[in-house]
Amino acid sequence: MGDLRELYQTTILDHNKQPRNFRVPERANRRAAGHNPLCGDRVTVHLELEDDVVKDVGFQGAGCAISTASASLMTQAVKGRSLAEVGKLFDSFHELVTSDPQRAVDAGRVGKLAVLAGVREYPVRVKCATLAWHTLRAALGGSHEPVKTE
Amino acid sequence: MSAAARPAAPDLDVASLRREFPILARTQHGRPLAYLDSAATAQKPRAVIDAVTRFYEESYASVHRGVYELSVNATRLYEEAREKLRAFLGARDAREIVFVRNATEAINLVAWSWGRRNVRAGDEVLVTEMEHHANIVPWQMLCEEQGARLRVLPIRDDGTLALEALPALLSARTRLVAVAHVSNVLGTINPVREIVALAHERGVPVLVDGAQAAPRLPVDVAALGCDFYAVSGHKLYGPSGIGALYARAELLEHMPPWQGGGSMIESVSFDKTSYAGIPTRFEAGSPNAEGAVGLAAALDWLSGIGMQRVAQHEAELLDYGTRLLDSIPGVRIYGRAAAKTGVLAFTLRGVHAHDLGTVLDGEGVAVRAGHHCAQPLMERYGVAAMARASLGVYNDREDLDRLAHGVLETIGLFG
Repeated sequence: MGDLRELYQTTILDHNKQPRNFRVPERANRRAAGHNPLCGDRVTVHLELEDDVVKDVGFQGAGCAISTASASLMTQAVKGRSLAEVGKLFDSFHELVTSDPQRAVDAGRVGKLAVLAGVREYPVRVKCATLAWHTLRAALGGSHEPVKTE
Repeated sequence: MSAAARPAAPDLDVASLRREFPILARTQHGRPLAYLDSAATAQKPRAVIDAVTRFYEESYASVHRGVYELSVNATRLYEEAREKLRAFLGARDAREIVFVRNATEAINLVAWSWGRRNVRAGDEVLVTEMEHHANIVPWQMLCEEQGARLRVLPIRDDGTLALEALPALLSARTRLVAVAHVSNVLGTINPVREIVALAHERGVPVLVDGAQAAPRLPVDVAALGCDFYAVSGHKLYGPSGIGALYARAELLEHMPPWQGGGSMIESVSFDKTSYAGIPTRFEAGSPNAEGAVGLAAALDWLSGIGMQRVAQHEAELLDYGTRLLDSIPGVRIYGRAAAKTGVLAFTLRGVHAHDLGTVLDGEGVAVRAGHHCAQPLMERYGVAAMARASLGVYNDREDLDRLAHGVLETIGLFG
């Protein structure tokens, strides 16, 4: 179980059990759906975007612990951020979960999201962690095509 | 051929059998490997590995093309493999065995060749709700192209076919029934003989997807009476990339080729090409000879054990595994047919199958987690994914104990 605790950190288990911002924001004006055909995970990200700032964000859907926790943590991380900041965070997060497992985690750039670094050891689970982020990007880009990880 | 008529065979000596599989000596995440994914693909015994190596080292040459001794010998081995498949499946004539890549390709061959000639606008192809995508999508593609309609025989909650609905679904427009012998998720052994009888009464041929059945049960296509039967070599403890289609000679004789190229011709000119007879007509290009030779070795090896004993071994372990999983709160097993092979598809309340699969992986237990290429079936049960533990000849009670232990660990982690 030792290795698995690295993947399923307490924060992840907590966000899986009690996802934050699991709702549709009242004044949402952007939305995108994502789907991981491999495991059937589905997520919809709702945004309230105003003056290039994410005023509010929520998500809905059903998925594994990694995808649910990642979506939940993402909503906390991007709320109140500008589009440029969200874009940077997307890149940093993507780098975090796809980098060499031996590399040290630069928590300064990703903050709380660093708890998801464990997926680097499980290549098939990386898509679980990134599904919500790709969906977020689609919502920000105004894309109406559902996002697919495959 | 009935199982009951045979004397009970002595139990498998699993411990010594396991030693014939080199891969079972390795570890996964530092734990001994408990391989419970044989419904996806079976591991290979030494006999198969050696047969392929020996073929490369001693007998490899072009098949059906050379005049020299080496090629003649390679051709003989390839054709002997066909004969072994004939015997293994209970076909009357080796010409009724077409080598393909796998069961998927066997089904596609029938859909392309037989289907395009026999299924027309307004006709119907009947499949079942428990089919693998391999026995849905080729028919869907055919129906779309021809303007035909795909119809579906439903299942009951226990994972058995709702046979009472079959007579009404067999209409005057039904051109083919396509059904799995054994479900890759539910493990259900379908009453193929009964289905064939009902279909044949109305002149409708039956294709059986035997990918899951052939490695687990004695198969006799003559006794089943089916018209087509598809198998994959890699699930039969043989190499990947080799499989077979059994087709009744009367049907095969009238089927046009589906791929053109070398081997499948009689003569070629730029004005006119005439095609070879069966089964060569359906084997365009250089074949997977090493695959066929490896598969032949696998069939010899399986026959040495006896398929009745394989089935008995799986049935005993299935019973043990079912009781183990049933004793864990929150576990729900899908597929409760009385006639069932060694497949345990299940969900754990509050835990996604993918997370369960990852925890088991960390314990050295290899299971499949996902939709198992049977999305309509997942929808039928209202789940996005299931975990599936499936048995092979090398599994023992300890593998299932470790599965149950891993499920309990998962509950501990997520509970």
